[in-house]
Amino acid sequence: MPEREITFAEAIREALAEEMRRDSRVFIVGEDVAEAGTPFKVLSGLVEEFGKDRVIDTPISEPGFTGIGVGAAMTGVRPVVDIMFGDFLTLTMDQIVNQAAKVHYMSGGKMKVPIVFRTTLGATRRSAAQHSQSLHAWVSHVPGLKVAIPSTPYDAKGLLKTAIRDDNPVVFFEDKLSYKLKGNVPAEEYTIPFGVADIKRKGDDITLVATSSMVQVALAAAELLNGVGISAEVIDPRTTFPLDKSALIESAKKTSRAIVIDEGYERYGVTAEIASVIADGAF
Amino acid sequence: MYQQMAKIRAFEEQVNELYKSAKMPGLAHLYSGEEAVAVGVCEALQKTDYITSTHRGHGHCLAKGASVDRMFAELLGKEAGYCKGKGGSMHIADPDSGNLGANAIVGGSAGIATGAAFSAKMRKSNQVAVCFFGEGALGQGLLYEVMNMASLWKLPVIYVCENNLYNEYTHHSETTAGELVARAQAFGIHTEIVDGQDVHGVYAATQQLVERARRGEGPAFLQCNTYRYYGHHVGDINRAYYRPKDEEEEWKAKRDPLTKLAERLIAGKLTDQKILDRIQAEVQIEIESGVAFALNAPFPDVHEVDEDVYA
Ligand SMILES: Cc1ncc(C[n+]2csc(CCOP(=O)(O)OP(=O)(O)O)c2C)c(N)n1
Repeated sequence: MPEREITFAEAIREALAEEMRRDSRVFIVGEDVAEAGTPFKVLSGLVEEFGKDRVIDTPISEPGFTGIGVGAAMTGVRPVVDIMFGDFLTLTMDQIVNQAAKVHYMSGGKMKVPIVFRTTLGATRRSAAQHSQSLHAWVSHVPGLKVAIPSTPYDAKGLLKTAIRDDNPVVFFEDKLSYKLKGNVPAEEYTIPFGVADIKRKGDDITLVATSSMVQVALAAAELLNGVGISAEVIDPRTTFPLDKSALIESAKKTSRAIVIDEGYERYGVTAEIASVIADGAF
Repeated sequence: MYQQMAKIRAFEEQVNELYKSAKMPGLAHLYSGEEAVAVGVCEALQKTDYITSTHRGHGHCLAKGASVDRMFAELLGKEAGYCKGKGGSMHIADPDSGNLGANAIVGGSAGIATGAAFSAKMRKSNQVAVCFFGEGALGQGLLYEVMNMASLWKLPVIYVCENNLYNEYTHHSETTAGELVARAQAFGIHTEIVDGQDVHGVYAATQQLVERARRGEGPAFLQCNTYRYYGHHVGDINRAYYRPKDEEEEWKAKRDPLTKLAERLIAGKLTDQKILDRIQAEVQIEIESGVAFALNAPFPDVHEVDEDVYA
């Protein structure tokens, strides 16, 4: 098979298009998702194929269209809700945390909420404090939610397809700067299971656990370290919940050292959680 | 409809007893006095139509078709409850009867009901969704966001505002500017105001709104003026500081929905007191056996506590 390189944004678009072709219950809803294809142009072309009944522009009402997505998911369809910036998750918290995450439990398992909330993280577009946050720790904290945080085009496509097929609410974080990142993505169908970490570079002396765009940073660091004779292993959990604890622990056991690199706030955050998992399990 | 209303009244009396005798965990918000709203609205719906309910939701659940025994079991946290005891008073859901669940976030189900209507339209299923909420939910922005989209997209959803005059312990005139229905009218939503103590009036109005919705004419807003007889919840006993006793007595004496319906049925010679007494006695038996079932039912196994977090 010849290798095929596409961008992260193209990988997201392909995942959505393939899932929408496969399952007529899947649709996209959010601000400027149709003709505009989002400010990041991630969804360009989808409305042409699937029409305005399945790629639906909304008013600027994050709690409202998130809530409509939750109700729709509870009654037989499978929404992919577009929350333009991760910072705007704060506006949707009741619908995601008190409604989507709780419905299955509170109904004693009778109702399901198969919904994906696609949103962004990352500060590197330098858009100041209300468009730069990485709030994946917030939702990773809440039982009932799953959280995917892909770092490469390959992972983005496979994980998004899994998210859409999952019967639980999934929050899916895309780094804004990664949209132009290129990588190998096979033309054939594939999915990536949640809760399976991926070793992005093998090494023996130190483990670098990195998430989302920090994987590229960690790979660059590993290259530098290689120059001075240190062999670093870079491992990407790919989902913060479920978290592949055993893979992280195995790697840290092998190298005896670990550094965790994540773009979220440090306090009470993803780095602290992963560091504690490793400290608990490996040392 | 009389039987349904009597059942809700008797159910809530029994819930109050369970609370007072400390047999029920937590609290409950009683629906007594408001029965004509739930019964009138649900009578106009099909079983497959959706409702979403509120913290004061027992009446909605029963009117949509839930059974008394499993409702009591849910309130008592028992395995046999509608949600295996994991929902409790404020979260009873019964998808088999179209009940997508009560919600303890005021206004929190506005999105769910509107989303259910959205999905019904997308699936071309001809279902409608009813969103019950108290007038206190008019303070929540979510409602306006979803009403806007429901109107734009002509969704088959009916917003039923149960105006019992009080947002918890505060009269709604202190919290709500302007006319209640004006808020829906601003979105071009069709509105109606009915006497929520008159079950026929509620039923007739809902029936029309349901037909409109099924014809694809879009959402509606139905304001039902009503009154709750008890406190905000079962523990709200001394309430003279926010609600005068005379007002309570007057609503009970002059505007009781059960009395009004009984008078109307008897005056129209559609029934007589004997038949109504028999209905009351049957309802009482159903309630007593339901509560006995729930009291004797087992609690869920301990391992259940962290099951059902993920599907
Ligand atoms: C978002 C939110 N804020 C506050 C509360 C606390 N609370 C529970 S019921 C209630 C009053 C609701 O009044 P209304 O909507 O009119 O319904 P009613 O109790 O009169 O039936 C309040 C403030 C809550 N549950 N949710």
